[in-house]
Amino acid sequence: MNTDMLTAPSVDYMAILPLLIVAGAAVIGVIVETFAPRGARRTIQLFLAFGSLVAAFVALVSEAGLRSLEVEGAIAFDGPGMLLMGLILLASFVAAMLIAERQLDPAGDSFAPRASALPGSRDERELTARGYLQTEVWPLFLFAVLGMMLFVISNNLLMMFISLEVMSLPLYLLAGMARRRRLLSQEAAMKYFILGAFSSAFFLFGSALVYGFTGSVEFAAISDALAAQPGQTYLVIGGVGLISVGLLFKIGAVPFHQWVPDVYQGSPSAVTAFMAATVKVAAFGAILRIFYVAFGGLRWDWEILLWIIAGLTMVVGSIVAVVQTDIKRMIAYSSIAQAGFILMGVASATPEGLGASIFYLTAYAFTTLGIFAVIMIVRDGSGEAGRLSQWAGLGRRSPVVGAAFAIFMLSLAGIPLTSGFIAKFAVFSSALAVDQVIPVIIAVISSVIAAFFYGRVIVIMYFREPESDGATVTVPSAFTTLALAISVAVTVLLGVLPQPVLDLIEQAGVFIR
Amino acid sequence: MIGTGAAVMTDTAPVVAPLAEATGVFSYLWLLIALPLFGAAVLLLGGRRTNRWGHLLGSTTVVLAAVYAVILLVNLMARPEDDRAIGQTLFEWVFVGGFTAPAALQLDQLSMVFVLLITIVGSLIHIYSIGYMDHDPDRRKFFGFLNLFVAAMLLLVLADNYLLLYVGWEGVGLASYLLIGFWQWKPSAAAAAKKAFVMNRVGDVGLSLAIMLIFITFGTVTFDEVFTEAGQASESTLTWIGLLLLLAAAGKSAQFPLQAWLLDAMEGPTPVSALIHAATMVTAGVYLIVRSNAIYDGTIFALTTVLVIGVITMFLGAIIASAKDDIKKSLAGSTMSQIGYMVLAAGLGPVGYVFAIFHLLTHGVFKANLFLGAGSVIHAMKDQQDMRRYGALRAVMIITFLSFASATLAIMGIPPFSGFWSKDSIIHAAFEVSLVAGISGMLAAGLTGFYMTRMFTMTFLGKARWEDDQHPHESKPVMTIPLIILGIGSAFTGMALLFWGDIVSWLTPVTGLQENELPLPTIAYEGMTLALVLIGAGWAYAMYRRDVPIEAPQDVNILTKAARNSMYDDAINDVLVVQPTYSVSRAFVGLDNKGIDGVVNGLAALVGGTGAKLRRWQTGFARSYALAMVGGAVLVVVVLAVVRLP
Repeated sequence: MNTDMLTAPSVDYMAILPLLIVAGAAVIGVIVETFAPRGARRTIQLFLAFGSLVAAFVALVSEAGLRSLEVEGAIAFDGPGMLLMGLILLASFVAAMLIAERQLDPAGDSFAPRASALPGSRDERELTARGYLQTEVWPLFLFAVLGMMLFVISNNLLMMFISLEVMSLPLYLLAGMARRRRLLSQEAAMKYFILGAFSSAFFLFGSALVYGFTGSVEFAAISDALAAQPGQTYLVIGGVGLISVGLLFKIGAVPFHQWVPDVYQGSPSAVTAFMAATVKVAAFGAILRIFYVAFGGLRWDWEILLWIIAGLTMVVGSIVAVVQTDIKRMIAYSSIAQAGFILMGVASATPEGLGASIFYLTAYAFTTLGIFAVIMIVRDGSGEAGRLSQWAGLGRRSPVVGAAFAIFMLSLAGIPLTSGFIAKFAVFSSALAVDQVIPVIIAVISSVIAAFFYGRVIVIMYFREPESDGATVTVPSAFTTLALAISVAVTVLLGVLPQPVLDLIEQAGVFIR
Repeated sequence: MIGTGAAVMTDTAPVVAPLAEATGVFSYLWLLIALPLFGAAVLLLGGRRTNRWGHLLGSTTVVLAAVYAVILLVNLMARPEDDRAIGQTLFEWVFVGGFTAPAALQLDQLSMVFVLLITIVGSLIHIYSIGYMDHDPDRRKFFGFLNLFVAAMLLLVLADNYLLLYVGWEGVGLASYLLIGFWQWKPSAAAAAKKAFVMNRVGDVGLSLAIMLIFITFGTVTFDEVFTEAGQASESTLTWIGLLLLLAAAGKSAQFPLQAWLLDAMEGPTPVSALIHAATMVTAGVYLIVRSNAIYDGTIFALTTVLVIGVITMFLGAIIASAKDDIKKSLAGSTMSQIGYMVLAAGLGPVGYVFAIFHLLTHGVFKANLFLGAGSVIHAMKDQQDMRRYGALRAVMIITFLSFASATLAIMGIPPFSGFWSKDSIIHAAFEVSLVAGISGMLAAGLTGFYMTRMFTMTFLGKARWEDDQHPHESKPVMTIPLIILGIGSAFTGMALLFWGDIVSWLTPVTGLQENELPLPTIAYEGMTLALVLIGAGWAYAMYRRDVPIEAPQDVNILTKAARNSMYDDAINDVLVVQPTYSVSRAFVGLDNKGIDGVVNGLAALVGGTGAKLRRWQTGFARSYALAMVGGAVLVVVVLAVVRLP
């Protein structure tokens, strides 16, 4: 055989079809932006986005049960990976409905008419007056979805890094495109980008150290190398630490959480919903895979680290949320706290912990989407009503929206008959199963503190007199209504009849390598 | 994990028989919960179109549940004594790995008496509310919440495992907050709902930790299995479980130190106070302790703590009840005190469990009676709740007067009214275990005589101190008929349960029973208690018979002042819990890079359009966030390295 000849990698295109569908739709979306007439773009983009998400989901379901390494071992199709991909697709589908909403703002949708126009400039005013809608968000959205899907099935460090960037770059852009409060939005995007790049550098540096020690970027090879040389692993410890920094940043774990409130608050709510729900799923998927598969041999080292981070994250997130006066900032801190709870499942490092984490992510993703759907439709004259005090009496004026939001709050607080209760119970018992009593006590105390501010929102909505500049519920289009209905249904169903989902997770089994 | 936690008295330990499958008339057990739940769903989701008949539907569902409960009782009594525990699995709720929590119901002698109390007293209060809430624009919603409460409470007492009990526990809590804050246009009502929510959460932590500890210890949360294996667990584990369950009970049953919310809860409509904050929900803590008797049997420390908490609350409540001028707050103090009696009895162990439940049942009837009577008075006095503006109401409200009198005699423990039988049983049992507990029970009985006579005299006797526009009149029949029924109940429930129902041997299979010798004949204790009650009553009558100043006198002793301020519970909570939480929280925010201020600045910059200012703090923030990340990274690597060190 001629050694100079490169052998083409063998790719099973049918296996990676779900990825190809989303990638293809994203590329077509870019072309549409260039060639399609302005009037037709939105329709085509919506069709592409929703169509590709559905098609990818169908393709994914049709290959359920697939357990194999694809593309020369760069990605791994296994039970948890496919489950997480499916979850990302479903959550993205709901998030897409929120992004598609354009009935709430009299000026159009949630996005600036042209991202390049300076905030407050004449250019911007003109474009707004002409009713321009920009549709570049859709290809960006699809690229981000693609990155997330890849992120949870990456089976080597380079693949993981690339998918991390494919996921993040569109999100930085999307965060900066709010139609209203653009300065805040652009500032959020800038901050997110700088810090995100910074965290990526940590990840990359960590990868280099791990590669230096093990001589490979493949997870399986890393795991084997670690097993072969137990003891002399100080170099790799540094690598593991730096890689965790990069990943813990994405889930907003303390002390890498400070960007979360700023970015959540500044971004358009539909984008925040997408970020909060799906990025968390993707990043946790990656954390689970890299720690369980590549660094499984070092679990005695990283377990204690994750317990500490989990404890810190729960406590800081819950306590700081108490004094927030802005609803989006409060939800941001709440999502930090929730990340701490999920980390408990990760740190358990057992199949039960893996299952508990995935269930928690499912419950959390849909509850979060619902929360932001409500935030989008609760508005005052100048856009979304951010101040918590403006929500006074909302539950009485709009009973349906109030009740939906109350259900989400109860779920986040972990009250029985909502998905949050089962989720909390699952992670707590997975932690107890490995005799981690102290983290559970911290978690329970944090959840009491958290229950206070979740309860406070309900009290404000139902038991307080409305303010003069109070918010009202704007009637949304079918998109947001449906998104809200789906979120409520999932939140309640997972609380009352969680068994089918628990079974599904149990069947999915563990990661392959 | 085999420890020394042997049951203290093996011969009387409860018999844990396997549950019999629900067949025949028992196979519709789920209907008990489904009926009121259906009512709640229709009323709350149906909207305004159910306004016209909503209250009728709401009452009907509970009455039907009561009828079914009576049928169940008759059938249960027909079964042999050791076969009176019926189980029904509805569906597998959670089943993952080794953990199962079926949604399953259990009807045994203990659940049965609770079901009867909840549905029968609940029915009367629903009917009464038709009249009481007549003019309220939200009457339909009120009935929806009440139905929701009844369903959750029935779930709580019918659950066959701790996890499902927890669902009911949170459910009654939710209904309770909604109803306390029902008149949400009153800021005080909203604040009270919030307080109840927060304080109950503290108790709920106890319950959730207890459930987890139970699960780790026994590998199951089903009552049956836990109690069979309780003897195998170590004493320290049982003690922890017992204390955590006590914390839960203290939150729900307003026991020291979580008692503060109950007085504020009186902001809710009076029927709510009667049903939830007197007769049923607040007794859930007693139910929890008695239900878990197999756990307390193995831990004398936890059991003694229960006893002590009961005694403290018994006095605390009685003192508060003696000083409050608001009729409902005084009754709330009395409720605390009476539940203190029940907790005391439960803290006596197998000697007292039965009597805790006995007193709970009689109390459920006469306290509902007192609250509904107070509601009738408040209704007549145009929402005036200050007893200093009452007086001489006997003449104008004769039915309310008679019914209230029956309940007053019952709670004071005057023979043969129902409180006499149950309270004296507790006092006897207390003397069997500890002299201090017995004497405490007697003294508290004297205080009960004082505060009830005070309330009764100020309201119905003496001179009229009404405001000018008040023309009190008797309430409508829809309100007085429940009062008459409850009045009769206050008189006879005790005797009926003791002699006809044979409550003691009925409950013994679930709770166990142990009887010790008393140094004196029982009549001596009864005589001493009665003497103390009469002294208290006479004193109160002498004090309040003639002139009651309309303004409360200010030159009073320290205890009265403290009692008027509910023993300074708010101040204590504020210092011990609220302020520390806020300071810690603010400290964290300070560490958190002034994120909030930053945004405020950002908005200011946005409005003013000063780009320079914006740019300056923007870079500053990204830099400091990045610095924090570097710090975090160092922390991460250090932690990993430290773990490595041998």
